[in-house]
Amino acid sequence: MKKILSILLIFALLTLSLCGCGYEYHNLDLRAKYTREYAGTEITVYNWGEYISDGADGTIDVNREFEKVTGIKVNYLTFESNETMYSQVKNGGVKYDIIIPSDYMIQRLIKENELQKIDTTKLSNYDLIDDRYKSVYFDEKNEYTVPYNVGMVGVIYNPKLVGEVEHSWNVLWDKQYKDKVLNFNNPRDAFMTAQMLLGLDLNSENTKDWNKAADKLKKGKANLQSYVMDEVYGKMETGEAAIAPYYAGDYLTMVETNPDLKFFYPKEGTNIFIDSVCIPKNAKNVEAAMLYIDFLLEPQIATANAEYIGYASPNTAVINNEDYYYYQNEILYPSEEDMPKVQYYHDIDDKIRIYYETLWVQVKLY
Amino acid sequence: MNKKSFGNQLLAAPHVVWSVIFIVVPLFIMLYFAFTNADGGFTLENVKQIGLYKKAFGISILYAAIATVITLLLAYPMAYFMTKVNISSQRMLMMIVMIPMWMNFLIRTYSWITILANTGLINTFLGKLGIEPLKLINTPGAVILGMVYDFIPYMILPIYSVMSKIDKSLLEASEDLGSNAFNKFRRVILPLSRPGIISGITMVFVPSVSTFYISQKLGGNKTMLVGDVIEYFFNAGPDYYNVASAISMVLMVMILVCMVIMNRFSDDDSEGVII
Amino acid sequence: MKILSRLYIALILFFLYAPVAVMIIFSFNSSSSVWVFEGFSTKWYEGLVYDTTMLTALEHTLIIAVLSALISTVLGTAAAVGILAIRKKVASSLVMSMTNIPMMNADIVTGISLMLLFIFIGNLFGLNESLGFITVLAAHITFNLPYVILSVMPKLRQTDANLVDAAMDLGCTPFKAFFKVILPSISTGIATGTIMAFTLSLDDFVISYFTCGKYQTLPIVIYNMTKKSVTPDTYALSTIIFFVVFALLIFYNMLQSKSEKQAAVRKVGAK
Repeated sequence: MKKILSILLIFALLTLSLCGCGYEYHNLDLRAKYTREYAGTEITVYNWGEYISDGADGTIDVNREFEKVTGIKVNYLTFESNETMYSQVKNGGVKYDIIIPSDYMIQRLIKENELQKIDTTKLSNYDLIDDRYKSVYFDEKNEYTVPYNVGMVGVIYNPKLVGEVEHSWNVLWDKQYKDKVLNFNNPRDAFMTAQMLLGLDLNSENTKDWNKAADKLKKGKANLQSYVMDEVYGKMETGEAAIAPYYAGDYLTMVETNPDLKFFYPKEGTNIFIDSVCIPKNAKNVEAAMLYIDFLLEPQIATANAEYIGYASPNTAVINNEDYYYYQNEILYPSEEDMPKVQYYHDIDDKIRIYYETLWVQVKLY
Repeated sequence: MNKKSFGNQLLAAPHVVWSVIFIVVPLFIMLYFAFTNADGGFTLENVKQIGLYKKAFGISILYAAIATVITLLLAYPMAYFMTKVNISSQRMLMMIVMIPMWMNFLIRTYSWITILANTGLINTFLGKLGIEPLKLINTPGAVILGMVYDFIPYMILPIYSVMSKIDKSLLEASEDLGSNAFNKFRRVILPLSRPGIISGITMVFVPSVSTFYISQKLGGNKTMLVGDVIEYFFNAGPDYYNVASAISMVLMVMILVCMVIMNRFSDDDSEGVII
Repeated sequence: MKILSRLYIALILFFLYAPVAVMIIFSFNSSSSVWVFEGFSTKWYEGLVYDTTMLTALEHTLIIAVLSALISTVLGTAAAVGILAIRKKVASSLVMSMTNIPMMNADIVTGISLMLLFIFIGNLFGLNESLGFITVLAAHITFNLPYVILSVMPKLRQTDANLVDAAMDLGCTPFKAFFKVILPSISTGIATGTIMAFTLSLDDFVISYFTCGKYQTLPIVIYNMTKKSVTPDTYALSTIIFFVVFALLIFYNMLQSKSEKQAAVRKVGAK
């Protein structure tokens, strides 16, 4: 029985893998530029889910193209929150060569000496990075990071279900939308929605402020349909839920499926973030990781990623490309006067962080 | 002779070594984490903190208990009726009950969302009949339903396998002695199927009380069962390993206590029924 | 009464299979939704072929399931023989309780305690990576072992110990006696144990989740997918697995009833 089962399954696997040649490589002309010195080695990349162009619907499969050009095998793993990523990097279960955390988490990783310096002079495409995204607070000397994406949080809503809504965080607490509202399923972003509405500092070091935000979230729970991360896609696209705070870039992906959806940046202000490429201290294949970073900055690759992911790109070769699908898109690249009030997250003192991360469980258990 | 049996005993050695390394030592490491702080010093702080999560323990036990009772009520007649059909159909039925267990439980749980969602199958159907949509998903009811669904085969199969072994002549004897159907059930079938019920209850209760997926998907992440709390903390980083270990310890002790209580009910020291 | 009982069985089966039916139907959806059926298509099945993440995970799952089933069968069978040979009752019941821990304990506790162990060992020896193939394999062997032992042990108890003595009196070495006498009589128990170990390993999510590192098995990949919007391709893969299992069980059932018939015929012939 077992024998037959395993033989059959292995057979099925073999047939499947034999015809596993469905992806058509794009003609990128990068062969000459990239050394094959590290062919046969492998790197482990740890990135957000849905955060790289993966070859779906004829797009570029970035990892496969990289493997083809350099001969380096890519182990690609994903996470769904900065905290999960941090815990995996910290516990040493797996050694990663590339990680893509957000600003405040980078600050924390640098503080804890978990990242290694990146010699940007060795990156042929580093100059393509827009100066606005260099020397940001978490890496003032541009030693540890190469920006990957920029984004802001806003609110997605479905006018067909709820009509026009007030452009405020208050919509999440408005009783008339009971059971139609979603919120983030991670403490930092969920607290942010309450902090912004209450006018609190996102990086407050005062536990009382966090308590106030927690109380606000507890009050909002009666209104809430569920806490979500990427499940938001299905829920908003099908009309299961009507109002959800999420990252602007993801709205652009959702609106392709459900054109009814609309988006706003709340008047109270919102969070802005930069997700950057980093190399952990204990990376195993730093040279290959450097090639990977450079590859991500290639105009064609960066454009493919920016179009697939839908987030704002820090890469001038993308921003200034008139053929870029989101060229001058007003949600991703708002003009000076349309720019909402924004605040970055900063790494907070460990005590306060542990305080609010534990408080989050109390909000859930309320 | 002595030599032979000594040699045989040694055959258990690899297993004993393996179990000590991979079962006993890990539990001691967990115990160590539960009673130390981040710097490795002894502390009772983690255990004291558990009070913060008593609600998680409470609802886990409550949901798991309700789910176990419902599962038992649904599974018992099923197992009984299964013994009533002819032998080849019995084997077929047993297989049909087992097949869903071979499917990934994540997917089985997930497809309930398609059925229960506000825009899901049930509500679409109701909508066609002109009935207001029901709030089914993201409720405690949905979480309990998920538990019942995922673990019901673990209740049906042991009860069925015990019942199918009940000696027919016992039933006939009780009929000859004038028992009516109810008495036959109460005096013969029920006591004889008790070992199956006991192992069914443990096999449903333990995974229900410690689950961390069902509540997230069907409960909309709106509350946390013990399993969710543990998973959340382990995903939040090494800062929380201590408190998460303490919670896990308590969960383990709780389950052990339940087991001991359950074992009290099974008077004979039969090995229990495994499928 | 008969109709009522049939109806009840049908209802329970409907409950058991409704989500499975939903999964199969939506695996043929032409749109990427698992909520609204928009038309028939097999594109998700074709798409599976390109999905390297899923195929690699399937490969990992099979490798772990086969290896862990085999290793736990060998370890567990030897252990069952050994435990029964232990004369001191205290010692043997101590070993048995230790064996049963992973079966009784919540998966999440087993998973976490193993993870803590592996990380501890990793730090102790300064290993490059503490989680991966070896750790997930070790974890699977650990939770498979009790099931193998508990399937082999009853068969072993039924085996007549005098047979072994007889074989040894006739000049067999203990080793040979085991293979010639004991092994054939406990083979069905071993087979059951192996199949059970294989199945448990295929389906395990919780323990793998904490111990697999980057050696992700299929349930882990599916878990990651259900964290996003699930597309019908996950359903397509599960549908394939469903039908493979279904066909295998039917086949197994046929084999079994055939051999039972043969046995019955032989009995009649002997009379």
